[in-house]
Amino acid sequence: MQRRQLIGYSAAVVGALCLALFAGWWRVDGPGAPAPAGQRPLAMSEMDFRLTDHQGKEVDAVTLIGRPSLVFFGFTYCPDICPTTLSDISVWLSDLGDDAGRLNVIFITVDPERDTVAAMAAYISNFHPIIQGWTGSSEQIARAVEGFRANSEKVPTGSGDYTMNHTASVFLFDANGRFVSTIDYHEPREYAVPKIRRAIDKTETG
Amino acid sequence: MIGKLTVFLTVLALAWGISISVLAEADDIVVEGAWSRASIGTSRPGAAYLTIRNTGPEYVTLTGIRTDIATRSEIHRSSTDDQGVTSMAPAGEIKIAPTDTVSLEPGGLHVMLMGLQRPMTEGEAFWLTLVFSDGSEVSVEVSILGFAARGPDI
Repeated sequence: MQRRQLIGYSAAVVGALCLALFAGWWRVDGPGAPAPAGQRPLAMSEMDFRLTDHQGKEVDAVTLIGRPSLVFFGFTYCPDICPTTLSDISVWLSDLGDDAGRLNVIFITVDPERDTVAAMAAYISNFHPIIQGWTGSSEQIARAVEGFRANSEKVPTGSGDYTMNHTASVFLFDANGRFVSTIDYHEPREYAVPKIRRAIDKTETG
Repeated sequence: MIGKLTVFLTVLALAWGISISVLAEADDIVVEGAWSRASIGTSRPGAAYLTIRNTGPEYVTLTGIRTDIATRSEIHRSSTDDQGVTSMAPAGEIKIAPTDTVSLEPGGLHVMLMGLQRPMTEGEAFWLTLVFSDGSEVSVEVSILGFAARGPDI
C-alpha cells in the first residue's frame, strides 16, 4: 500500500470517528438532546400562576398549602383519558372514605379557550364532590403547566377542530406544598390509594 | 327492453349480495359489552367502547364505523408516552386475527363520536354499525351508562 494512500485512509477513519463522536454529543448532551425527562415539579410556594376555580374564586398554588393535594391536567372536550382519570380519582376518593375530605383535588384545564368557569363547573359536577376545576387565561395556564413540569400541546384535527395532548399523570403534594410523587396513567391502579395515603402520612410526620 | 335489463341487473345484484353475505367477514364477528358514557349536551365528542371477537379461521379487517348519533365516527387510539403525555390519533384499519379479540376500552382504542346529533342520556342506547373490508356489517346497540362510568360491569 502506498504511504500516501495509507495517510488518506487514516484521515478518513479519524474523520468518521470525530463525526460519530460529534453526532453522539449533539444528541445526548448537545443542542439535539431531548428535554430532560422526569423533572420534578416545583414546590407550591415556588409556583407562580393565578387561576379561577369552578365557583369563580381566585386561586393560586399557595391556596393549596395546608392540605395534601392531588393535581392533574386535562380538558373537558377529551372523550377518553380525562373522564377515565376523573372517574378513577372519584373511586380512589371513595376508597379513602373520610380521609378524602382532608385533600385538595384539583383538575386544571389545558384548554382555557373552551373550558370556561361555567364549563368546568358543569363538567366536574358529575364526579366526586371534592374535585375542583381550575381555569384561567392561556398565559396563566401555561405558567401552571410549567410549574408542574408538565406538557400540553394543541393539535388540529381538521375542519377547525382541535384536541390537546397533555400530561395525564396525577401529581401528589404533601400539606407543606412539597412534591411527593406522581400516579402515572399506565401504572396499576391499585398503587394509587397507598400513594395518596403516603402523601397524607408524610404530612403528619412532617 | 330497459325494463328487462333492470330486472336482470336487480336479480344479479341480489344474487351478488347474497353470495357476499354467505362468505362475509361479519359472520365470524361477535361484538359484546358495547357501552358509552353520558354526555353534557352535544358540543363535546363522545367515546364508545366494545369488544370484537373473531370466531372464524380468517383475518378480519374493521375499516369503518357508522352511527346516526354522530356526524363523524372513527376508531381512535389514546396513548401515553414515556414522559406521561397522552395523545389521541385515528387508529386506521383494525386487523383481527383468527380467534382473537380486540378490546376497545378506556385509555386505548375507542370509537370517537364527533358532532353529536343529540345528547347521550344515561339509560338510553344508540346503534353503531361496524363495517368490514368486504363491505359486510355488524350492528350493535350501545348502552349509555353514567357520566363517570368505568365499564359495562362496574
